[in-house]
Amino acid sequence: MEYKDYYKTLNVAKDASAEEIKRAYRRLARKYHPDVSKDKDAEARFKEINEAYEVLKDEEKRKAYDSFGANWKAGQDFRPPPDWEERFRSGGFSTGGASTHQFSDFFESLFGGGRGRQAPEGFSFFDQGFQDIGRDLHAQISISLEDSYFGAKKTITLNRTVDEGGGRISVQPQSLQVTIPKGVIEGQQIRLEGQGEAGAARGMAHGNLFLEIVFLPHPVFTVVKRDIYLTLPVTPWEAALGATIAVPTLGGKVDLKLPANSQNGQKLRLKGRGLCSKYQIGNQYVTLAVHVPEARTAEQKELYRRMAQLMPFNPRSGLGG
Amino acid sequence: MMEKYCITVLDEDMTWGFSEICTICRVDHELVFEMVNEGVLTPEGPSPETWRFDAMAIKRIQVTCRLQHDLGVNLPGAALALDLLDELEELRSRLRQMT
Repeated sequence: MEYKDYYKTLNVAKDASAEEIKRAYRRLARKYHPDVSKDKDAEARFKEINEAYEVLKDEEKRKAYDSFGANWKAGQDFRPPPDWEERFRSGGFSTGGASTHQFSDFFESLFGGGRGRQAPEGFSFFDQGFQDIGRDLHAQISISLEDSYFGAKKTITLNRTVDEGGGRISVQPQSLQVTIPKGVIEGQQIRLEGQGEAGAARGMAHGNLFLEIVFLPHPVFTVVKRDIYLTLPVTPWEAALGATIAVPTLGGKVDLKLPANSQNGQKLRLKGRGLCSKYQIGNQYVTLAVHVPEARTAEQKELYRRMAQLMPFNPRSGLGG
Repeated sequence: MMEKYCITVLDEDMTWGFSEICTICRVDHELVFEMVNEGVLTPEGPSPETWRFDAMAIKRIQVTCRLQHDLGVNLPGAALALDLLDELEELRSRLRQMT
C-alpha cells in the first residue's frame, strides 16, 4: 500500500504544534469542502485532509505515525513494521468524532476502520429519532444534456460501508443502475429509496441515496436551468433578406425561420426545444451572430462600396457620432 | 440488473410539509424551524402547520448540515455561506453564458 505523508497533506512542518495543525486543517477543509469547491478533486482532497487531521490531531496516533521516521515519501510502497500491532494497537485506537467519509487502506491498516460521515456525538440536529434507518448517502452524477433531453440509464459505482460482522467494517464498491428521468436539470436531486447504507443492525431499513445532477460541458450548447442556448452564425444576406436555416437542437435539426432584417445579437426562441419534464417546459434560444465576409477581390470591394452608396446608415448614431 | 427501488426527482413540481421535509432530510424539527427564522428557508404559507417547502429547501438543509458537521460553522455562518454560494453559482452561470 502507499505511504501517506499527512504533514504534506495539511502543508505543515513535521514539528508543527497542535494549534498549527488545527489551523491548517480548518483552512483546507473550508477550501476543499465539496459543497463549497467546484474543484474536480475537491471530494478526494477533502477526504485526504480529514484523514490526515484524524491522525495528526490525536497525540497517540501522531506519535505512532511519527515512529516510522521522517524518510518516507508519499506514494512509496509501505508495510507496517512487524511489531506494529504489539507496540501500538494492543489497546486499540478509537476512531470517530469528526471523521468523515471512508479512509484509505493505509489509515485502516494502521489505525483500524473509520466509518463514514457519522452523526457526531452531542450534535443535536442529526438523525434524531431516525436511528432505526441506515445512513443516507449523497453523491453527484455527471450526465450529458442529451441524457436529460431523452432520459437515460447510467451505471454508477458507490463505495459502501459493509458490516462484515465481529466489529469489522469494510468499504466495498457496488454498482447500481440508475434511470435518469427525462428533463432533470443541474442541481436537482434524484432520490433512490433504500439505496443508502444498511441500518446498524440486521433487519433495519436502508437509508436513501441522493444523487445530485451535474451537466457535462457540451461542445455546442450552454444551458441555464431548462433553457438551452446556441449562438448561430449567419451571413449578412441571410440576416437582411430572411432565411430558413437548419439549426441543431438536442433532439436533432429543426428549421428556424429567420425574419428579414434580423440583427446581430438578436435572440430567437424555439419553443419547447429545451429540457422538458412532465410538467415543465424548456426552450432553446438562438442568438444570431452575423459574420461579415472579407472583401478580397476588386469585384468584392466594389460590391461593398455599392452597398455603402445604396444603404447609407450610421451604426454609431447612439454614441453621438 | 433490475431496478427494484423507487426513484423520485426532487423537482420544482414537488413541495413538502414541515414534518415531511424533516423526515426526508432526517433532521430535527428545531433545525428547520431555526432555518426559517434565520431566513435561510422561505416556505410558502403563514404558519408551520401550512408551510410548504420546495426542493431547494431540501438542498439547503442538507448543505447546512454538512457545513455544520464538517466545518463547525453555526447556523448564521451556514446561512451566509449558502447565500454566497448561490451568488457564486449565479455568477458562474453568467460567465458560462458569456464565454
